[in-house]
Amino acid sequence: MTGTLESPTSQELTPDQLLDAYRTMKTIRDFEERVHDEFAGGDIPGFVHLYAGEEASAVGVCSHLDERDAIASTHRGHGHCIAKGVDPVGMMAEIYGKVTGSCRGKGGSMHIADLSKGMLGANGIVGGGPPLICGRALASKHKADGGVAVAFFGDGASNQGTTFESLNLATIWNLPAIFVAENNGYAEATSSSWSVATDDIADRAAAFGMPGVIVDGFDFFAVHEAAGEAVARARDGGGPTLIEVKFTRYFGHFEGDQQLYRADEVANARANLDCLKRFRSRVTESGQLTDAQLDAVDAEVGALIERSVAEAKAAPKPGAADLLTDVYVSY
Amino acid sequence: MARSITYREAINEALAQEMERDPSVIVMGEDNAGGQGSPGDEDAWGGVLGVTKGLYHKFPGRVLDTPISESAFIGAAIGAATGGLRPVAELMFIDFMGVCFDQIFNQAAKFRYMFGGKAVTPVVVRTMWGAGLRAAAQHSQSLLSVFTHIPGLKVVAPSNAYDAKGLLIQSIRDDDPVIFAEHKMLYDVAGDVPEESYAIPFGEANIVREGGDVTIVAIGRMVAMAQDAATELASSGVECEIVDPRTVSPLDTDTILESVENTGRLVVVDEANPRCSLATDIAATVAQDAFGSLRAPIQLVTGPHTPVPFADSLEDLFIPDAAKIAGAVKTAVDYAR
Repeated sequence: MTGTLESPTSQELTPDQLLDAYRTMKTIRDFEERVHDEFAGGDIPGFVHLYAGEEASAVGVCSHLDERDAIASTHRGHGHCIAKGVDPVGMMAEIYGKVTGSCRGKGGSMHIADLSKGMLGANGIVGGGPPLICGRALASKHKADGGVAVAFFGDGASNQGTTFESLNLATIWNLPAIFVAENNGYAEATSSSWSVATDDIADRAAAFGMPGVIVDGFDFFAVHEAAGEAVARARDGGGPTLIEVKFTRYFGHFEGDQQLYRADEVANARANLDCLKRFRSRVTESGQLTDAQLDAVDAEVGALIERSVAEAKAAPKPGAADLLTDVYVSY
Repeated sequence: MARSITYREAINEALAQEMERDPSVIVMGEDNAGGQGSPGDEDAWGGVLGVTKGLYHKFPGRVLDTPISESAFIGAAIGAATGGLRPVAELMFIDFMGVCFDQIFNQAAKFRYMFGGKAVTPVVVRTMWGAGLRAAAQHSQSLLSVFTHIPGLKVVAPSNAYDAKGLLIQSIRDDDPVIFAEHKMLYDVAGDVPEESYAIPFGEANIVREGGDVTIVAIGRMVAMAQDAATELASSGVECEIVDPRTVSPLDTDTILESVENTGRLVVVDEANPRCSLATDIAATVAQDAFGSLRAPIQLVTGPHTPVPFADSLEDLFIPDAAKIAGAVKTAVDYAR
């Protein structure tokens, strides 16, 4: 891992920017912890895959993005959505299958999207996003709007042909695209140390003629710095980058996964490898923020998550009339 | 003003006129120019059968050659469609859907519904279908029913040059993903086509020939086969009404049902394999909704349940022809309870 605790970007961020980054990461963490609890309580239907522990990746990358830019996500997509500005209240309602949800209850956890925010959707298909991101990058290049497009995908998708094809296409078309391989150690129950043929996913960048970098996914500042370079290069017409973010998955593949394939690494990770704890000690030790400021954010986020769950539970489900809308029906 | 041009030229003209009208229209596909990175002509091919020829120089930067990476470039067309462009991507042969189908049926087809109506995906996938070119099992299929099965996709199958132009213009302007299926045996067939731009609405079948004895619903190249059969049958006093759906999703069931209510007999002609096909689908619709009008069992004229063979002797047997259609019509007309 190449992330260092003294990367220069922390000094470049203003206290407000640091607070924003912390707030977004904390929102993701609390959102996911709460979904975990609510799922266990039986209130949430379907398949739910949690992003807790991986917050530094989504926020480290998306804090460089603006309304011109688009991202594609994965089945583990809640964090990317929040980092790109999707409303957590609508997201929670969507996860509960309510008509007030981001997708009016028709998408669910695996398909939360908000095109108005440049969020192309969580995606139930492993490797579904990279080709789409080539298209968004092409659209930005064609319109010359300076936009970049980011594909988040996991170590599982790093073995999909769609990903390889997209890496190649992004280079030969010189697209403003960034490929963020989030290597959390497992594709479902299969270890990436077994399923990925190269030592690192980033090694594959060379095969497609683009820079490949590895960052410590528990270090917001390491991700932020690497993403900043990649975004700047893409905006300047310098083409795509592959960033491998390494961390350890906090929860199971999906909620309900007993994780019998794992040892005690999970407890160790949660105790010792935590992007929020590292962020807090870093910015308080440097004197950029105080514990009191961060505690105030914690309280604010706690209230937001509480409200999102209360509103989701109270909201109505979609009705029969909603079944046949939002698609051309010919039968 | 109309003049006679080929199906291929009609498609090319539709692309050119839409690209002229709307700068967000781009074209991409394998060898759509043909010659990238080579010392010779950069527009050497204009697509493998020359359909996009000439657009590359006419619209600089808007005709993109792609590597043979269908998942990536069909997916890129879909992604670009969510980002404000109206891409027309060429999937060279419909048979190649297997290497990119996820992007079409799990991504493009789903966005609008799955995202609660908050996404549009105005992409057109042009693709070549049908048997007859001795192109064998992996370049000759008629897989329209596979796309038709998927909610969220529109599926267009023009049978002549006039429809090809008007339906492609409509496809490009439509906000949903459209599979635009071009029959490879029709590219050189000419017909009267207006020079000016025009759009043919989806879901409006064309009654190619009127007649009171039997309804023939025919798709793509089979429309011409049905016309040949109808001409032959007319000489023996049997009058066929031929309905060309033009778009199979949406399907103009009203026109089909109305025709069957008048004739009392239905023959469906499609060169695709028979099981779970457009032919069985249309037959089921008529059996369900016009049962009382039927005076004879519905007849299906399709390819057999085999891959498309290579040898001309076999491929000619595979593809329905006028004689088989006429035979089916006679079976329906001669049926007595």
